[in-house]
Amino acid sequence: MSHKIRVATTSLAGCFGCHMSLLDIDERLLELITLVEFERSPINDIKQLEPVDVGIIEGGVANTDNVEVLREFRRQSKILVAIGACAINGGIPAMRNHFELKECLEESYLDGIGVVNPMIPNDPEIPLLLNKVHPIHEVVKVDYVLPGCPPSGDTIWTFLTELLEGRPIHFPYSEIHYD
Amino acid sequence: MNRWRDIPQRSDLLLQYLIDIQQRDSCISTESIQKLSTELAIPAAQIKSVIEFYSFLHTTPRGHFNILFSDNITDQMAGSRALMRQLCQQLNVRQGDPRADGRVTVDTTSCTGMCDQGPALLINNFPITRLDSKRIELIAQLIEQDTPLEQWPAEFFEINDNVHRADILLTHNTEDGDALRALLEEGAETLLQRIGDAELRGRGGAGFKTATKWRLCKQADAAQRIVVCNADEGEPGTFKDRVLLQSYAAQVIEGMTLCAGIIGASKGFIYLRGEYRYLLDSLEKELQRRRDAKLLGNNILDQQGFNFNIEIHLGAGAYICGEESALLESLAGHRGIPQKRPPFPVTRGYLGLPTVVNNVETLMTACQIASHGSDWFTDKGTRQSAGTKLLSISGDCQQPGIYEYPMGTSVSDILIDCGADGPQAVQIAGAAGQTLCHREFKRKIAIEDASTGGSFMVFNRHRDMLDMVQNFAHFFAHESCGFCTPCRVGSTLISNLVDKLYTSHATQNDLRDIERIALVMRHASHCGLGTTASNHILDTFNNFPDAYQRRLRSTEYTPAFDLDLAVCEARAITGRDDDDAHIVCPPQEGFKP
Ligand SMILES: Cc1cc2nc3c(=O)[nH]c(=O)nc-3n(C[C@H](O)[C@H](O)[C@H](O)COP(=O)(O)O)c2cc1C
Ligand code: SF4
Ligand code: SF4
Repeated sequence: MSHKIRVATTSLAGCFGCHMSLLDIDERLLELITLVEFERSPINDIKQLEPVDVGIIEGGVANTDNVEVLREFRRQSKILVAIGACAINGGIPAMRNHFELKECLEESYLDGIGVVNPMIPNDPEIPLLLNKVHPIHEVVKVDYVLPGCPPSGDTIWTFLTELLEGRPIHFPYSEIHYD
Repeated sequence: MNRWRDIPQRSDLLLQYLIDIQQRDSCISTESIQKLSTELAIPAAQIKSVIEFYSFLHTTPRGHFNILFSDNITDQMAGSRALMRQLCQQLNVRQGDPRADGRVTVDTTSCTGMCDQGPALLINNFPITRLDSKRIELIAQLIEQDTPLEQWPAEFFEINDNVHRADILLTHNTEDGDALRALLEEGAETLLQRIGDAELRGRGGAGFKTATKWRLCKQADAAQRIVVCNADEGEPGTFKDRVLLQSYAAQVIEGMTLCAGIIGASKGFIYLRGEYRYLLDSLEKELQRRRDAKLLGNNILDQQGFNFNIEIHLGAGAYICGEESALLESLAGHRGIPQKRPPFPVTRGYLGLPTVVNNVETLMTACQIASHGSDWFTDKGTRQSAGTKLLSISGDCQQPGIYEYPMGTSVSDILIDCGADGPQAVQIAGAAGQTLCHREFKRKIAIEDASTGGSFMVFNRHRDMLDMVQNFAHFFAHESCGFCTPCRVGSTLISNLVDKLYTSHATQNDLRDIERIALVMRHASHCGLGTTASNHILDTFNNFPDAYQRRLRSTEYTPAFDLDLAVCEARAITGRDDDDAHIVCPPQEGFKP
């Protein structure tokens, strides 16, 4: 048997909705794992990233840790895929871009309702937030984008299977319209 | 102050009321919005959306002196940016922020149509041209002394016509009423036929046959019809309509009246761009003079039932309002969003009425054809493009100004006439037009070859063409009305990528992206702004590849922003400066097999 395609996934500033959608390919997961080997992914909780064929990124870039993980993914992946609105555009987390970072932190940690022991955390263990949330293509080169919030399980399935077969990727209209 | 005081409150005048309030109060306050909302029965949110749409309207005060430097590439080439920095320094203001004492704001605006006498600025909507360091110094003093504009030196506000070549249009002027008398003596059908025989095509850029447009409107079934003179002249580098409105207004207005007489319209509008507000008084006077002479108003030339009245509406800093369907929306007091076509304005235009929209030059030419005959016009020009065309020439040449040429004149002849020294490129038809390089200078100005609404900007061989590209990319990102995604998003993406290229951070990858986005915009945009906004990119890609290539980073990929700088706010807020509070940028990003 030829060696399986190695896939890694991660969620940066996202909600895990795109990963839920990946699981939404239902029983086809069984078929998928005959074709691919999952490396680092929240699905199997592997934390170490080895070189892979396909890296799939959910979520945008909101803090220094996101930058580090993303660059590591880029270094280790032959093909890097941005999945979902957050990775592609910044999405929901980027709504904070309308405000100063200071305002956001003050609202969350000082002035918000129900805040006890108000202070803005400055523990060196905690990654610092970037001034603004960025789409991942502004930090590394991205090879494919899969739009949607989240893209449907079917869309992800079409993408992965066509990619694995080395075909140009075509979606039926029903999988890429959002109205 | 309020131009519209005596008229009952009309909701279609919303934009005009807002412009008056802005001029009076230097902003439109919440109270003003509430008052208008009650008086006109328009929701406050709708009024706010109109204010947000137009660059010249603001909800916070701009200060006693509101200064806008014209930011066309020709102004920049003449040194406008340095002069603006000088003024900001002398007045101690930051660009775009009103000074704390409320005295002054200094900012930029899209081309103000003074390219032949730039660098130029607008101060409280009045243009000051031929700026230089000395003039800026004086301006700063006058502002510090709070001298009212009326007491500023008159020569500051002098606007020259700068006509350097006149042909039939600018010399064979008609007497007041000639065209209208021809209409009354010979009848509408004969006159329409004459304009058709003259093969007159629209001078605003699209080149649609004027007689066909008038006939379609005449045939549309309606009780009222409308004539609109498109005096928005927003295309960067164009200023010939300004000269016509300043020195040939009588014939422009007579052209409108002629059209009204032919198609049976009783109401007309001149949509005058806000940048040309300084022409408002003289145009109003001209309208009054013509009413007094029975050339306008009721029973024109004593012809029972020949009634035609003209209102002047001001624009407020939106290039898109030159597009005719957006213009008609703006006339109705709305945001200037281009409409779906068909229906075309000739059947459903201003407030749903059949409407002819014509460029200033088209109307003046029609007026002259009516009295001089069609042969007078077709004797000049080529078979497909009759007559002459006004060009607004600016940029690197000794004599910038207005040149009237027979259609079919070659670009190289024009370059010689205007004294262009070592030209490497000519941008014709404005930012939306074509970038011609040296090889193409033998092309001819005509609808069938190098078609232009009149803008003609010259770039000599010392210019970096990427300066132009960046200027236009910013222009379109700013002027996109935001209605459709390809243009709203595409114009901003291109503008960001061009900036990245400009600062030598872009890679081959980014160039591929620019080209891809440019093509999507060209094919998928809703209106002419979006479909033409990437012309300059695609043309310069072809004609001036070096301008791009020499700025490329050799790497496959570089980030779009400075990663470490992106953590500066969090560092400041938390007081951290440890290693993890920084992002190190390796020289080379991207996958290495
Ligand atoms: C983005 C855009 C801006 C335009 N600006 C102007 C303008 O400033 N003046 C003008 O006469 N036509 C302008 N036009 C063309 C008008 O839509 C319209 O074709 C013209 O006013 C018709 O008059 P004409 O047939 O006499 O040329 C513009 C078109 C577009 C798409
Ligand atoms: S794209 Fe939607 S589903 Fe995916 S991470 Fe963002 S918010 Fe969640
Ligand atoms: S192409 Fe641009 S200007 Fe035209 S409708 Fe779309 S967004 Fe507006």
